[in-house]
Amino acid sequence: MALSIDKFKSTFREEAFELLGHLEDDLLELESQPKNGELINSAFRAIHTVKGSAAMFGYDAVSKFAHEMETALDLCRNGTLSITKDFIGLALKGRDQLRQLMEFEEGVPTEIAKESELLLRRFVEFSKRGQSPGAPSHADIQGAGPVDPGNSSPRNAEAKTYRITFKPSKGIFKNGTRVLNLVEELAALGRADVFPHMEDVPPLGALDPESCYAWWEVLLSGPIDENSIRDIFIFVEDQADLRVEQVKEEADGSSKRLGDILVDRGAVSPGALREALGSQKKLGEVLIEKNLVSTPQVESALVEQEHLKKGQERVEAAAGSIRVASDKLDALVDLVGELVTLQARLAQTSLDLRDVSLSSVSEQFERLISQLRDNTMSIRMLPIGSTFNKFRRVVRDLSLELGKEAELATEGADTELDKTVIERLGDPLVHIIRNSVDHGIEMPEVRDLAGKPKAGVIKLSARHSGAYVLIQVSDDGKGLDREAIRSKAIERGLILPSMEIADQELYQLIFEPGFSTAKKVTTVSGRGVGMDVVKREIDALGGSAQLSTVPGAGMTVTLKIPLTLAIIDGLLIRIGGEFFVVPLSAVDGCIEIRRDDLAALGEKRIISYRDELVPFVSLRGFYEFAAEGEGEPEIEQMVIVSAQDYRIGLVVDQVIGDYQTVIKPLGRMYRDVDGVSGATILGDGTVALVLDVNRLALVVQRESVR
Amino acid sequence: MPKKILIVDDSAAIRQSISFILTQEGYETIEATDGLEALTMLGSIEALDLIITDVNMPNLDGIGFIRKARELAKFKFTPILVLTTESQGSKMNEGKEAGATGWIVKPFNSDKLLGIVKKVAE
Repeated sequence: MALSIDKFKSTFREEAFELLGHLEDDLLELESQPKNGELINSAFRAIHTVKGSAAMFGYDAVSKFAHEMETALDLCRNGTLSITKDFIGLALKGRDQLRQLMEFEEGVPTEIAKESELLLRRFVEFSKRGQSPGAPSHADIQGAGPVDPGNSSPRNAEAKTYRITFKPSKGIFKNGTRVLNLVEELAALGRADVFPHMEDVPPLGALDPESCYAWWEVLLSGPIDENSIRDIFIFVEDQADLRVEQVKEEADGSSKRLGDILVDRGAVSPGALREALGSQKKLGEVLIEKNLVSTPQVESALVEQEHLKKGQERVEAAAGSIRVASDKLDALVDLVGELVTLQARLAQTSLDLRDVSLSSVSEQFERLISQLRDNTMSIRMLPIGSTFNKFRRVVRDLSLELGKEAELATEGADTELDKTVIERLGDPLVHIIRNSVDHGIEMPEVRDLAGKPKAGVIKLSARHSGAYVLIQVSDDGKGLDREAIRSKAIERGLILPSMEIADQELYQLIFEPGFSTAKKVTTVSGRGVGMDVVKREIDALGGSAQLSTVPGAGMTVTLKIPLTLAIIDGLLIRIGGEFFVVPLSAVDGCIEIRRDDLAALGEKRIISYRDELVPFVSLRGFYEFAAEGEGEPEIEQMVIVSAQDYRIGLVVDQVIGDYQTVIKPLGRMYRDVDGVSGATILGDGTVALVLDVNRLALVVQRESVR
Repeated sequence: MPKKILIVDDSAAIRQSISFILTQEGYETIEATDGLEALTMLGSIEALDLIITDVNMPNLDGIGFIRKARELAKFKFTPILVLTTESQGSKMNEGKEAGATGWIVKPFNSDKLLGIVKKVAE
């Protein structure tokens, strides 16, 4: 999608005329004081800006002409050439020519083009005097045409495997480069195995956190050409040691042996390898023992071997899968959950015992468990597209019944979501889609009058966004009727007639129970059940629903659903003697505030965070804990969380740290407790409640308005 | 939360075009007309996700602005993109030495701009 910036064209023209005016003044003044550096600078800047903007807005003749003038002025600016009366004369002529060229966005009349040509030649001649013989003029470079590395590289369909070594220089962070982003971008090109080299990272005491010590080896397979790999690193070419080599696969299709890979990489000589092979131990171990190669070298070579092997398996058993009863999977997830809980206990114990060897085991265990967790979760992931067909049928049947024409377009069918989440999404989606067909899409003749195609389109799309999946249902119908909703809301007593309410909040009222603006009750919708059911179900999934509309052009319902329900990354906090978990995906940051400053705010529970006013609530007060009294800390800790589209702050006693959380459902007794969505068991066996950030935010938002 | 981007350029047309493209994509933008104004703005801003700056500007040019910005602790590691034209190969190097993350070559279209912005700021 290329956005048009044409509407800024008039701004550009005004600006260009103004700049050309300045240029004229500067040139005239330069005539009397040719050595005035500031004047030359100012003239150069004017012409440079005109050139750059002209190219952006499609004034090619202007841009080309300005370019040669710029080159000449640049040579004067850096002192290579001096400003003569002749030059001033030429430059003024050039300025007038530019003024004239500004009238022609394209299709410059031949005479004027000829004039330009003549003047340009004089500029080029002038510039040549300042350049050493043989150096190419800028005009020649321009002739080669712009090179767009992104699109010009030919796509090679043949799959290849590359070994990419990326060693950033220590100071790379100082340019604001996100090194991991580059590695991720690279890994996204194809099937990738990434091996990070941490052996150069010094011990904590000697570590400079502003330096980059790590480097990476990436094995990448796919129909990729070398240029697209190098393009990723275009900004860091001079700040990193980058090697891209193609890995040749064995002709007979067999996997490469470790020794061959190491020899290939020049890590060990063939002779040393043969000698080592004489022994009975595993090759890698032997090589390390003999100090021929280092442990990381062997490990990274093993990654390569594995990568190549997997590639072949993939070819052999393309998309091979087995069917497993889903209750077996559920049992597996439960077990992983228990493991995570147990691991938390292990971590706690090792911390209490202060045993270094135990804590290293515990850390490794934690890493493995988190991998196991991700793998198990990914088994339960299904593409949401499997349910899309059902909705196509809904749209077809319903539009037929109502005498309307509508079709369903889908997007992102391969977006993966937890199986249980997909199952529970079915009903809410049916409600929303029915609603769209019934209330949104107009009758064919009405649509015809409004200049729309007779058949309405309902678009169902799904995509990932962080730890969430966004599911959108949008239609091109008549949109929401603001006034009808307002009067309905007043009738139902949801708002007062005198109340000013933002459109966004007004539309949100549709999700309230018993709300329906349809004039007559149809079999499908209009009985006031539906949208509130949707809302309840989505809330239960830990997600949120949002509505937006353009009158006359349709409405969009956006559902934000967490990827998985069972195990999440959380932030553990403490209030009094109790522990709580905030889902990490909702946490924006933690800040510290002096108690005095908080007290000084008085009733106004709002602070400024990143240039934004954020209402906050003290969870101690919210959950009615006894005040801690004397022992209260000087400095309060606040967790900033974002819910839907606003932020709130939660004042807590202590932020403990991140915590893998296995969410257990709460019993029925707790169903109506506001702001809590589940519970989890901590390492020492205590129970911590999981905060429902969306609900909390709603309460805080309401209170701060009051 | 929308990512916040500062655009520094003395040309209103360029500034507005970039801002338009970025806000359409859900970014939040603020604008400054030259390096000096931008630097003053930085004083009162807590954090930014990206800075896009032109090179040739009155009062304080882009290169000088980047140097000054990098001296501020809160912007020490903020990605900074320099707007250059094809012929200014040397400016890319100067920009990098001053602490820029990368560059955008004019003329550019919205796809190219968004591609580069996503690359460094996401």
